[in-house]
Amino acid sequence: MSNTSNLNAVELTVNGVPYPVAIETSRNLSGVLRDELGLTGTKEGCDDCECGACMVLLDGQPINSCSYLAVQAQGREITTVEGLAEGDDLHPLQRNILAAGGVQCGFCTPGMLMSATALLERNPDPSQDEIKIGLSGNLCRCTGYAKILDAVSNTAVELR
Amino acid sequence: MTLTIASSIDDIIAALAAGARPIAGGTDLVVGSRQGKGSLPDSLIAIDRVEALGVIDRGDAETRLGAGVTHARLMTEPTIVDHFTAIADAAALVGSPATRNVGTVGGNVMNGSPAMDTGSPLVVLGAQAELTNASGSRLVSLDELWVGPGTTSAAPDELCTALVIPNMGEGGGSAYVRLEYRRAMEIAIVGAAAAVTLDGDNVRSIRVALTAVAPTILEVTGLDDLVGKPLDDDALSAVAAAASEQASPISDLRASDRYRRHTIGVMARRAADAAARRASGEDISVPVNRALGVGATA
Repeated sequence: MSNTSNLNAVELTVNGVPYPVAIETSRNLSGVLRDELGLTGTKEGCDDCECGACMVLLDGQPINSCSYLAVQAQGREITTVEGLAEGDDLHPLQRNILAAGGVQCGFCTPGMLMSATALLERNPDPSQDEIKIGLSGNLCRCTGYAKILDAVSNTAVELR
Repeated sequence: MTLTIASSIDDIIAALAAGARPIAGGTDLVVGSRQGKGSLPDSLIAIDRVEALGVIDRGDAETRLGAGVTHARLMTEPTIVDHFTAIADAAALVGSPATRNVGTVGGNVMNGSPAMDTGSPLVVLGAQAELTNASGSRLVSLDELWVGPGTTSAAPDELCTALVIPNMGEGGGSAYVRLEYRRAMEIAIVGAAAAVTLDGDNVRSIRVALTAVAPTILEVTGLDDLVGKPLDDDALSAVAAAASEQASPISDLRASDRYRRHTIGVMARRAADAAARRASGEDISVPVNRALGVGATA
């Protein structure tokens, strides 16, 4: 898998699109998404698996992409915040987080949206506690949690 | 540096024999390297797609828990929740949903942290680690496996393929509780697991093990006096006293040794109480921390 330049030629499937990339094994997924593929919706906050700003879906399940080796994601479906909207139509979670005022600085928003997407996918009728657990790996430094929780609740109601 | 994705246990064994190190979810290995705790190994073998490592097989006498079973599965699989509840209690407290989706019980065990949440539950349930290399498999007790913080007695070419746990008989229950400052992405300040079997109201057997108060997970000794009697308030106080006495905690940025020594007794008492209540048929939902309001509040 390696050659003298220590680069691996791998294909990453992001939001349904296959991307061939040549990357070092040690590269983290968030860095490759942002710097190689230009998908800068995914944020790097703590770079330490604490804050959840880097949350993406791997085969539908949330993972911290800051601490996941990009080469280990080959052959899996990666979904980033750029994959939520369909054309100009925002995903219901995106619409509802805007409507609820659940965005202040916005840095945590992509990660929140990815965790919430996975939550509603497996649990279309979550309790408030279940929503909190679903978003428990995502920090918001603007302390906007209440409106974010509202947005997820509202989306669940809308999608049922 | 290279990473190869394994599709079988044989692939992994061959790679380990050639000097590679295994990676499952990378929640210790990759996070540790980004925190500067150590560099990533030159050669990695990704073991997370090997289906044989993800099997939970409940037999007549024992249950074989594949090392690749994730925390997310441990907290929801009926076999674990119903029969090895302390493991489910622990798995439900690990990290966040993202950590639990990729973190595995084998990774937890082989990382060898004295703060690992699934460690003390596995000890009180009598689990052994199945280690496999090219010559075959052997079962190792966990107190032989864990030799120090982050250190195991496994040879570099050995893969933890499963945890083998004896099935608890009728009248058995187990629980894990931990002290925490927040509800997510937390590492145990201290934690305790207990497994109790009851004969009517009286204790037939009791095991208690402690998390994050010694260089490795520590089993409490000297609890034999509690057998044959109810696990009443005096008995629970004896559990707490034994736990506090036998702990050898450190001071670090999260807690002082004195605080840990005191609170480990409280956690041991709560774990033993919850295990006994489950053993007597009471339904305490997973995790105990949430069901009984132990630890951080919402």
